[in-house]
Order: sequence, then structure tokens, then C-alpha cells
Amino acid sequence: MSKSGQSARSIDAVADNGLLHRRALLGRGVMLAGAMGAGATGALTSAAAEPLAEAPWSLAPGEVTPPYGRPSRFEKAVIRTVDNPNNEPKGSRARTPHHLLKGTITPNGLHFTIMHGGIPDIDPAQHKLLIHGMVKQPLVFDVDALSRYRMVTRIGFLECGGNSAPLFSSEPIQADVQALHGLASCAEWAGVPLATLLDEAGVDPAAKWIIAEGADAPHLSRSVPLAKVMDDALVAMYQNGERIQPGQGYPMRLYLPGYEGNMNVKFLRRIQVTDQPTMTYFDSKIYTDPLPNGKDTQFDFVQEVKSFITSPSPGLQLREPGLYEISGVAYSGTGRIAKVLVSADGGKSFAEAALDEPRLPKAFTRFAMAWRWDGGPAILQSRAWDEAGNAQPTREQFVAKRGQTSRPASVLGFPGHHFNAITSWAVKPDGEVRHVYA
Amino acid sequence: MSMHDLAIAACALALAIGTGVAAAETPRLGKPVNQTDLAGWDINILPDGTNLPPGSGKAVEGARIYAEKCALCHGDKGQGGHAVRLIGGPPKASLDGGKTIANYWPYATTLFDFIRRAMPFTQPRSLTDQEVYALVAYILAENKLIGADDEINATTLPKVRMPNRDNFVVQFPERM
Repeated sequence: MSKSGQSARSIDAVADNGLLHRRALLGRGVMLAGAMGAGATGALTSAAAEPLAEAPWSLAPGEVTPPYGRPSRFEKAVIRTVDNPNNEPKGSRARTPHHLLKGTITPNGLHFTIMHGGIPDIDPAQHKLLIHGMVKQPLVFDVDALSRYRMVTRIGFLECGGNSAPLFSSEPIQADVQALHGLASCAEWAGVPLATLLDEAGVDPAAKWIIAEGADAPHLSRSVPLAKVMDDALVAMYQNGERIQPGQGYPMRLYLPGYEGNMNVKFLRRIQVTDQPTMTYFDSKIYTDPLPNGKDTQFDFVQEVKSFITSPSPGLQLREPGLYEISGVAYSGTGRIAKVLVSADGGKSFAEAALDEPRLPKAFTRFAMAWRWDGGPAILQSRAWDEAGNAQPTREQFVAKRGQTSRPASVLGFPGHHFNAITSWAVKPDGEVRHVYA
Repeated sequence: MSMHDLAIAACALALAIGTGVAAAETPRLGKPVNQTDLAGWDINILPDGTNLPPGSGKAVEGARIYAEKCALCHGDKGQGGHAVRLIGGPPKASLDGGKTIANYWPYATTLFDFIRRAMPFTQPRSLTDQEVYALVAYILAENKLIGADDEINATTLPKVRMPNRDNFVVQFPERM
């Protein structure tokens, strides 16, 4: 418990170091608390530097309305970071700028993507989806045919198995939330349940797996348990209402709610039904990790419960003491988020954050907590629980189980996968926010 | 069978028919395709060797193809370059890195599957099956996983014992 937290503890305090009841962020609460936080100066005199006047854009007609809308030219900083801008012969990653976004739906152009051999320019009129293997009748579907099927719509997150991998580093890497957690996004997906197509092909009762393959240059392939496929897999064709973009697998991708991103095969062209996994390169080499006990993980599919604070976060300087909203996203590959706790004193005390509706299974849930920063040191953390009772681990708990590097890692590297422990942001007295382990 | 049981049986029958009708009401727009026509895409190799094609190769042929088509990215000795190391490396992988074919990959069949589908990076699917077998033989031999003169084919490849095979802890299906 910090001294500053103790001294600032008000009637609305729910935990130490300035965490306030959610009513502080609503209606009159904000005005009162805001006035108090700012010192209630000059309430009746005008603080504006000059009288309000008409701006140029209010004095003449504006620009033409474009056929396809784009963000304001003032929002040029709200973009993905790309690690292979010259398309060299290697993988490419584009990360979501969480610190500049609110809500739970990631705009299509800002949704993360990873390519292992460039983005193919697929003509949908020539694209085909083959289903074969342990089925009564191998079938080929084209885009027109699939468009006649009943499509299911669901909002869900997608997260690379290697998201947050920099947090495996033995020392906290100074980077923003985009660099640390930008390989996760959330969208509304619409597509044909793969189970429908498999039923038409007639799956052999002895089958246990499918092998999904893309039409991109690496012919990326992953083994997926048939039980998962029959449960909720989609051949997704639409994202946030429009056809999925080339970087997301146009004209169709596999969408496996809650499963690691790489298995959600883009440019889906083939499903082979089998009785065993293929042990593909990505199954067996890439998405597997050495453990501290000398063993290695395999078939670690579920993206476990996780949360991180997007604001305040590194790069978002706090300008002055006062009332702030601590905001972030929480999600779990096993279902809905049940609760999120937030701490401003590095985990010594916690309070329950407000969760925005709707809280959907396997989707981003936005959480919020009111916080009065008194200008002293603070360490912000969020910790989520899902409806199955799974708790987001502390970093200490996670490292005990999964390990960490022996020396500081690169921010662009992938020492391990499925990092889902608590992230800590330290707020310094000058308002800078830094990544720390606490 | 009592009247009660009969009634239940009748209901179950009706349900079964109902379900059957519902299942039949999908558009059924998939076009049947035979094995001959889909063969060009049928490239998954299972770890037991299922679907490995005819052909064979030895390290000596593989070395020649490697120098021509792989060395630029993977290094002249397979030591890695701007693409990953293929030959040698540390004895054990860790979170600091060092996953290699010799110390990590559980199945040798994955080499054939991946090289054939994805390599060379700029010209995937350009290698013949014969060339892929030869490259696999070269990489396995240089990693001392087979003898320098061993032939790799559909029978021998699945039998190559990869040292790390039994070291994996399967997370699925407990956490499905």
C-alpha cells in the first residue's frame, strides 16, 4: 500500500493508489471528481485562450464523398507496424495499434496479420475448396457455391500463438502495447460452418483430425482436431461485414474461435480428413515450446484467458495528475470473460473493473476502471478470469511453468508461445509509462 | 414392447427422419471429384509415411541440389543465413532459441512435406519428388540422422528415428 494511495483514498476508493468506484466515470461523478482532480480552479471564469470563432472548415463546403471511406488525414498515426516492409523472402507481421483504439472490434485495415510467403492475389472466380480424405465423397466448392449456404455470424478474437512473446524476455522490453500484444485482434466473422460441408462429404466415423491447407505460396498447413471443427469452425468469407481482405485470407479462411491464429488457415483451399495429425512444420516445429523441465509442448491450441491495459500504456504520456480511465481488453479462448481486476500498486490491492457489454464468448471484452493519479509512482495491472474459472496467471506463476529466456530477447522475436500472464505498466512521476515486471 | 415403449420408439423414428430431412436441406453444391483429379493437390505426408510418392534420393544428389537451390538462404553448409539453420546447431533447444532438425523435429516425414509444399521460398512446388527425396537425404545425413550413403524413399523415411520424438507433452485434448 503506497503512502500516496493512502492519502488520496476517498469515499469512492475501491483499491489503493487511486482506484475509484466506476461511478466516478459516469455522469455527475466525472464532473465532480474531475473538478477535484484539477484543483477546482477557475470554475466561473473562462480558461479558454481566445473567444470561440468559426473554423475554416465550417465556412465552405467540404470534400467529395468517396465511394469507400477512409479515416481522417489526422489519424495517420493509427496504423499497423510492419516488420517486413520490403517484402523480403521471409515472414511478415503487421501489429494492431491497441493503444490508439477503443471498443472491441478491430477495423479491417488494422487487424493483425502474419504472412509466411507474401499475400497472394487470388481470383475468387478461380478459387476452389477441396474436401477429401476420410470422406464418402470428395467434393470441390467454389466461392459462388459457398455463397448459397447459410452463413453463421459471430464476433470473436484472433490471436497469434506468438502474441506477447516479448514478455518471455528475462528483462522487460521497453516497447508499446502494439509491439508487445499487437498480434491479437477481434472482428465479426461470417462464414459457412465447416461441419455443414463435411457432412455433405460424409465423414468416416474413424476420422479424428483435419489437415487445413492454404493456397498461398507456402501452402501453409495445420492439423486441427475434428471435434473442434465440428463444434464451431467456420469457412469465413466476411469480416466486419465486407469480404475478408487479402491479408486475412481472401476469399476464404478457416476461423477456429479461441484457437491459436496460425491454425486459422488463410486462403483455405483444402481440407483433408484423417485419423492422425500430419505433424506439419507449423504443428511440430514452430508452435511448440521448450519447457523448463526439459520437455516440449505440442498441440497447445487454446489461447488462454488474458488481458492487458491499452490506456494508459507506453507512449501515452500522462500530462498531469487527475482522473483517468484505465481501459483495456480481456479475452479467453475457452469462453466469456467473467471478471477483470485492476491494480494501481503493482498487484498489492485490486478492484473489479467495469465490463462493457456485450460480453461474448471467445471475443474481446472491454474493461474500464476509474483512477485518480496523484502524480506519484504507480504500477498498473489487469488480471482476467473466464467463465470456466481460469485465472490469468501472474508472470511469476507463468514463468515457473513455461520459463523465460536467459538473456534479454528481441522485441520482434518469438522465444515462446501462448504467453498470457499479467502485463505491468509503471507510471513515473513525470507521466511516462514504462513496461516493467512486477 | 409395451405401448409406452412403442410410442417412444415411434417418436425416436420421427425424430430420426426429421433430422435426416433437415440434414439433406443444405444446398449440396459441392462437385464430386475423383482421386485422379485431386491428386495434384494431395500433398500431405502423414508421419507414418502415408502418401509418400514413388522415388528415392541420396545425400550426394541432395548436396548438388542444395548448393544450387537452398544455400543462398540457408548457408553453404546449412548453418543458416537469412533463413533458418538446417544442419547442426546446439544439442538442446531452449527459449533462447536453437530448435533444430536434429535436436527438435519429431518426424522426418515433415521435412519431405514442408520442402515439397513450401520450398524454395521463391519457387514453391518447383522441385520434383526425386529432388525432394535427395534433399531430405542430404539434410538428414549431414545431421548424422542417417548414414551418408543411405537411400531415402517412401519406406525408409518414416523409419528415421528423430531423437526428440518422445520429448513432447501433448496439451490437447485435455485443454480443448
